[in-house]
Amino acid sequence: MLDKNGIAKRIAREVKDGMYVNLGIGIPTLVANFLPEGINVELQSENGILGMGPFPFEGTEDADLINAGKQTVTLLPGASIFDSAMSFGMIRSQKVHLTILGAMEVSEDGDIANWKIPGKMVKGMGGAMDLVASAKNIIVAMQHVNKAGESKLLSKCSLPLTGVKCVKKIVTELAVLEITPNGFLLLETAPGVTVEQVQNATAGKLTISEHVQEMVI
Amino acid sequence: MINKVVANVEAAIEGINDGMTLMLGGFGLCGIPENCIAALVKKGVKNLTCISNNAGVDDFGLGLLLQNKQIKKMISSYVGENAEFERQMLSGELEVDLIPQGTLATRCMAAGYGMPVIFTPAGVGTEIAEGKEVRRFKFNGEEKDYLMEHAFESDFAIVKAWKGDTQGNLIYRHTARNFNPMMAMAGRITIAEVEELVQPGELDPDQIHTPGIYVHRIFQGEKYEKRIEQRTVTKK
Repeated sequence: MLDKNGIAKRIAREVKDGMYVNLGIGIPTLVANFLPEGINVELQSENGILGMGPFPFEGTEDADLINAGKQTVTLLPGASIFDSAMSFGMIRSQKVHLTILGAMEVSEDGDIANWKIPGKMVKGMGGAMDLVASAKNIIVAMQHVNKAGESKLLSKCSLPLTGVKCVKKIVTELAVLEITPNGFLLLETAPGVTVEQVQNATAGKLTISEHVQEMVI
Repeated sequence: MINKVVANVEAAIEGINDGMTLMLGGFGLCGIPENCIAALVKKGVKNLTCISNNAGVDDFGLGLLLQNKQIKKMISSYVGENAEFERQMLSGELEVDLIPQGTLATRCMAAGYGMPVIFTPAGVGTEIAEGKEVRRFKFNGEEKDYLMEHAFESDFAIVKAWKGDTQGNLIYRHTARNFNPMMAMAGRITIAEVEELVQPGELDPDQIHTPGIYVHRIFQGEKYEKRIEQRTVTKK
């Protein structure tokens, strides 16, 4: 089973040289810590940054320089700043190559729910709906089962949707899966996790790839 | 040269009355018009509809207006940082329209660019599409559904900039820019508070982000707190 950093580490392997990438809040932000050596990538922050850098050293935080999660950040050489309309313009026109975000539920059709639990948690969707409706490549980082052990990979989402038929790939603490016209496809199991464990944890339609293997992190 | 300077923040918010619709710039607490918000709290205007990406935190930013029950309706994309907001919303005291961040930005932009509607794929197939016109377009190499969304109109737009001149030209700093440029363009009357007010000619015309034609009132603010919501650092 993977922890949050493990999931982030595995997702980081999907990031290719020359990509512009948007990292959602939560586990996706950790991906920045594990980007492969020697590749050039620019991180986009929806509040108006291309070329976002790591957190600043203590004492150099700038209140005018934050990321989408309202955390203080820095700018890398070659960074640019722009307004929110341009930010979502570049997202909608698919200039941002890869979007990595979290989810509460994903369906076997690729629907995603990650913004609202009616009556309990209604923080808002932020940029999530724009990102999932626009991105060509979406990778979801999520827990395979909730605290009660219930599957979050379902045949149909029960929570209000963020987007429909948009998720392509999912990495959980148990597995790497793809969404196909035939539902979830298991590609890799986490170290120490069996195919059977993944089957038991997946409520939606799941097929096993004939090339299924253990994750290499 | 046309002079947009007003004497102080009270003069800046002159004419903002109960029941009006305001746009307020900022992303989280970054780039918020601190002085105008404080003045609105003091003035006590109520039943406001506020278009702003976030709702501040409980005791700063728009949270101050919320605490004082001055806001009737919020139109935002994310309100997670403000527990009082979530409480008022869940209890029904506060009317809330949660809309995608890109839609919020672009509806302001459309107003500023003189376009009554935009089409966006954000929210297609979700509950926010209810009651909205959906149209299919072939565009950018694919055919997909888009929601028709309307340009935002507001009585006043209140923006915060880093530098401005007496003609209303504005320059923003870093991520304090965010929604301010589009809201400045969209407001029926735009109020700008700046950290530094300079004379015409001091700002390089090529560096101006918002031309003064969009700004009706400008003043130099004071005592900016510029609160940091999440102070995250890298260990040396």
